[in-house]
Amino acid sequence: MQTMAEVLEEARTCGSIGKAAARWQAEQDGVPTEHVLERMRASLAVMRQSIQDGLSPELRSVSGRVGGQAAKMAATQNAGRFGLLGRACAYALAVAESNACMGKIVAAPTAGSCGILPGVLFAAQESEGFSDEALVYALFTAAAVGRVIALQATISGAEGGCQAECGSAAGMAAAALCELYGGTPKQAADACAFALMNSLGLVCDPVNGLVEIPCVFRNVGGASQALAAAQMALSGVSCPIPCDEMIATMKDIGDTLPQSLRETGDGGCAACASMCSRS
Amino acid sequence: MDMFDIIGPVMIGPSSSHTAGAARIGKIARLLLGGEPVEANIGLWGSFQKTYRGHGTDRALIGGLLGMEVDDVHLRDSQAFARQAGLNVTFYNAKLRNAHPNTVVMEIANAEGRRIRLQAASVGGGEIVIQSVDGLDTDISGHANTLVLTYRDTSGMIARISGQVAESRLNIATMRVSRCAAGGEAMVTLEIDGVADAALIARLSALKDVYHVSYLAARGETVPETLC
Repeated sequence: MQTMAEVLEEARTCGSIGKAAARWQAEQDGVPTEHVLERMRASLAVMRQSIQDGLSPELRSVSGRVGGQAAKMAATQNAGRFGLLGRACAYALAVAESNACMGKIVAAPTAGSCGILPGVLFAAQESEGFSDEALVYALFTAAAVGRVIALQATISGAEGGCQAECGSAAGMAAAALCELYGGTPKQAADACAFALMNSLGLVCDPVNGLVEIPCVFRNVGGASQALAAAQMALSGVSCPIPCDEMIATMKDIGDTLPQSLRETGDGGCAACASMCSRS
Repeated sequence: MDMFDIIGPVMIGPSSSHTAGAARIGKIARLLLGGEPVEANIGLWGSFQKTYRGHGTDRALIGGLLGMEVDDVHLRDSQAFARQAGLNVTFYNAKLRNAHPNTVVMEIANAEGRRIRLQAASVGGGEIVIQSVDGLDTDISGHANTLVLTYRDTSGMIARISGQVAESRLNIATMRVSRCAAGGEAMVTLEIDGVADAALIARLSALKDVYHVSYLAARGETVPETLC
């Protein structure tokens, strides 16, 4: 399952990308499928706890620059006002802030982009009452998609910019949401393509080189991209550019990004005067 | 690369390279030393030097030296645990040439007076490489179960060492030998298929001219500390 086309081929025989990915992993490890589902349940539990950890108003990072912001998003009336999107954004920020504050998280696909997937999945569970088992399969959907991106392009901000981290996480989350809401594997691939399309060119520009600003806020952006992409795909809007091509073009753009915008902390937000004066 | 490399690892944030990788380097350094470390003088280079405080690289290295894993919530408080454990740590800015941006050099000692120097790099995604131990080049990644032996460079040593490994019915997957000078201290790094047991470690340790044996269990596999 090295390309989206191959993933879709496998999904045809299993019914979903998530089931195909779980079966593939079980075959790789030479264990029953239940064994790999159990491993993923453990990751889901860590994700759930990381949201709770991140919602603490007392949270602060070592530098003191981030932490405690997600608590504001979840506590104010805005959390309810913006519905599913509002909850997904608050939870994504919670996990990203927990990560910035040395909390325990699941890299998905990286630590810097770890808020997006749990953010949208747990918000969707609260809205629709999806079972944990459904979320576990959605994590396998995300894993299969993320693995294709990692194999065909990159998931490293130092190589491909933030489009490769938060963009990939948004693509994974979009595909996962799509299958969670009963979409077809093709719709999941379209959702991933849309999320990648709308993240193309996003640069990696951490202030002082730390996973704080803008990283934690980019997780919020990624969650909103994932929801919008999933909504399009589930509504039958088909992406005019196939997912595999979108992944390839993401890599091409990453290759042309200047060094200053690939995790060096020299350009973008990191070069803004207000940020430089404090360093 | 499998599905759990994408959804995973479970780790303490904020950075796979600067935090999780640093913790793994500390843990492997502890295993190479053997026993409880009581002293660590740690030099940071490149991005490690520039961003270590914000990334908790210092806390992660100390936590690893204390035996903590990358997902141990105590990593962030490792400095306090180090004081309790009697581990005295100092950090300095290292000056290195042609080194990876995330490089650490450290000199560590245990209560028995054994002291080692090593250089390691965190190469991304939590992956690490131990590049040298006591000035002898190596490339330990921690992916496979690994035996590291130091010994006096003399004829027949490799045969005697590999003979013991064969006696335990273990296959050697990769082997790397280095030495400072003929007849001087030498080191062999053996990646093995399968798991080394206490009996093998004891036989290797008892070989004439062997100075020290370390066993590094691959990620995800736990090994009793007494073996190391």
